[in-house]
Amino acid sequence: MWDYTDKVMDHFRNPRNVGYIKDPDGEGEVGSMACGDVMRLMFKLDDQGRIADAKFQTFGCGSAIASASVLTELIKGKTLDEVEKITNQEIVDYLGGLPEQKMHCSVMGREALEAAIENYRTGEVSTRKLEGRVVCVCFGVTEKSIRNAIEENGLTTVEQVTNYTKAGGGCGGCKEEIGEIIAEILGREPEAGHEEKTAEPAAPKKLTTLQKVRLVEEVIEKEIRPEMAKHGGDLELVDIDGNNVVVKLQGACAKCEMTWFTLKGLIESKLREKVSEELVAVEEK
Amino acid sequence: MSRVVYLDNNATTMVAPEVFEAMKPFLSGRYGNPSSFHSFGGGVRRDIDRAREQAAQLLNADPGEIVFTGCGTESDNAALLGALELAGPAKRHLVITRVEHEAVLQVGHYLKDKGYRVTELPVDRSGALDLDQLLDSIADDTAVVSVMWANNETGVLYPVRQIAEAVKSKGVFFHTDAVQAGGKIPVDLNEVPADFLSLSGHKFHASKGVGVLFVRRGIKLPPYVRGGHQENGMRAGTENVAGIVGLGVAAELALKTMTEDYRREGRLRDKLEKGILESCSNVYVNGENRLANTLNVSFEFIESEAILLMLNDLGICTSSGSACTSGNLEPSHVLRAMGIPNMLAYGSIRFSLSRYNTEEEIDYVLENLPPIIDRLREISPFAQRIS
Repeated sequence: MWDYTDKVMDHFRNPRNVGYIKDPDGEGEVGSMACGDVMRLMFKLDDQGRIADAKFQTFGCGSAIASASVLTELIKGKTLDEVEKITNQEIVDYLGGLPEQKMHCSVMGREALEAAIENYRTGEVSTRKLEGRVVCVCFGVTEKSIRNAIEENGLTTVEQVTNYTKAGGGCGGCKEEIGEIIAEILGREPEAGHEEKTAEPAAPKKLTTLQKVRLVEEVIEKEIRPEMAKHGGDLELVDIDGNNVVVKLQGACAKCEMTWFTLKGLIESKLREKVSEELVAVEEK
Repeated sequence: MSRVVYLDNNATTMVAPEVFEAMKPFLSGRYGNPSSFHSFGGGVRRDIDRAREQAAQLLNADPGEIVFTGCGTESDNAALLGALELAGPAKRHLVITRVEHEAVLQVGHYLKDKGYRVTELPVDRSGALDLDQLLDSIADDTAVVSVMWANNETGVLYPVRQIAEAVKSKGVFFHTDAVQAGGKIPVDLNEVPADFLSLSGHKFHASKGVGVLFVRRGIKLPPYVRGGHQENGMRAGTENVAGIVGLGVAAELALKTMTEDYRREGRLRDKLEKGILESCSNVYVNGENRLANTLNVSFEFIESEAILLMLNDLGICTSSGSACTSGNLEPSHVLRAMGIPNMLAYGSIRFSLSRYNTEEEIDYVLENLPPIIDRLREISPFAQRIS
């Protein structure tokens, strides 16, 4: 049994602002079913650009529901510039604290807020957004999310990063990499043997079909396969049809519910980075 | 304390009043050490002998085949590591299943790290094993096969008799973790040719801190706790007398009431199951061919910790195979092994009954659960998908 504060239990038992808004000004959804948490946040602005109404829906545990409930209370009546400054720590403080292992619930709240604001500003529907490289394939956590959590909460250990973002909480294959990110941010020497990525040439712009095929093969062999092997998985290149790279996931990755993240977050983003921005990774069914 | 409806009997059970009465003298006046020369202490030896007979009767075994341990986990560890030692250094292979209790799984992981080959057999969606695959996995270097009698999370039963016979015909040791079966259903070691079997006292109304390891006659298990003659020298250390005496009484009681209890628990469990399926939509029962006391059920669209918290507010004690309650981020290894989709694995609740549950308690749950499910689904972003 978790040691939840009375405030957490109050917001869990009587969540404020549950539901949805028709025609919201901003809407964001973060998390995924595979991660066991999904949070959707919606808001409507008044004439002065203040949040007039906010609603949420959450699939998740007690602290996820409480975090979302508090978040809606925190942002009501504020301008977007003001709410943008809200950190996950403010959600935690408002709740009188969260168990260490549940800190990711507060981080998810802040990310839902970010996604909703971005949706308002750009009109982009940012559900399950994956900005940048995915480090944790099990829970679809990006390097950016990990860096934010470390910097905003002063995290110093891999275990803390797992508590705050879930990264590393599945197969554990990315723990070493999380350690390197922490070391880098804290200004420590990165672990020996860590390859610098910046030294590699950027993706060439125009490729012949033959060049493209060769490059795709090379990137899969040298960069994607070793990464998947860390998680007990593998892949087979089935076909390259125009810009569609058809692959077959194997091993642990084939059975995993996170194939979407593997496909998009790892395979597609690597291919786009190294070969061509136009490539799309497709799974052979 | 306000009302408690205890439906978490696969986690632990109430100490039976008869068991408690039998234990009391050994926690007060009769505190002697059974190894003592004087009759005040030495006399206690007879009470331990009696308990050993009672435990043996529960398993249709011989008292000489019963080793008292500290818990089911200890029994599992001792059996697997002992079997490997007996099998000799050339046998470097162990066969277990993906749905075993952590007490077996983690021994497997430990051995893997030590360089052993460990086969973890898969199960299908109903929780069942493929027996052909099990037999195919046995190789020349296989030391021991371990398959649980009944699963703690789903209650799924495994055909241990058939498995034991097949494994024995290949000359390989067979161990079964019968922690969830012992005291609930007939466990007859005259019928099932297992070499080792584990039991835990507190799962069948004895106290915590006492377990049983059955070691088939003729097998000389090497000592695993050294320092005394107790338990035939295999497990040294002054006995947990009160616990052992209590386990004996609990075994006798279980044997006496088993048929009646099983029928009653089955009837109440079926009422609970039927009631939930009728009153809630998008509900799925996990596992087929189960113990009569266990119901593992998934509520789509919601997360189980939230359900547990709401039930807890009403004094209803249940558990979940979900991640969120344990601090572990991934859902139950058992449900994942069965290929239960994530949303359903995250939304699973286990109800487990004992002889002390009443029909009125089941009615109380059936009255209070559906509104909780509805309420949580109102909060869920997936709820609108319910037609």
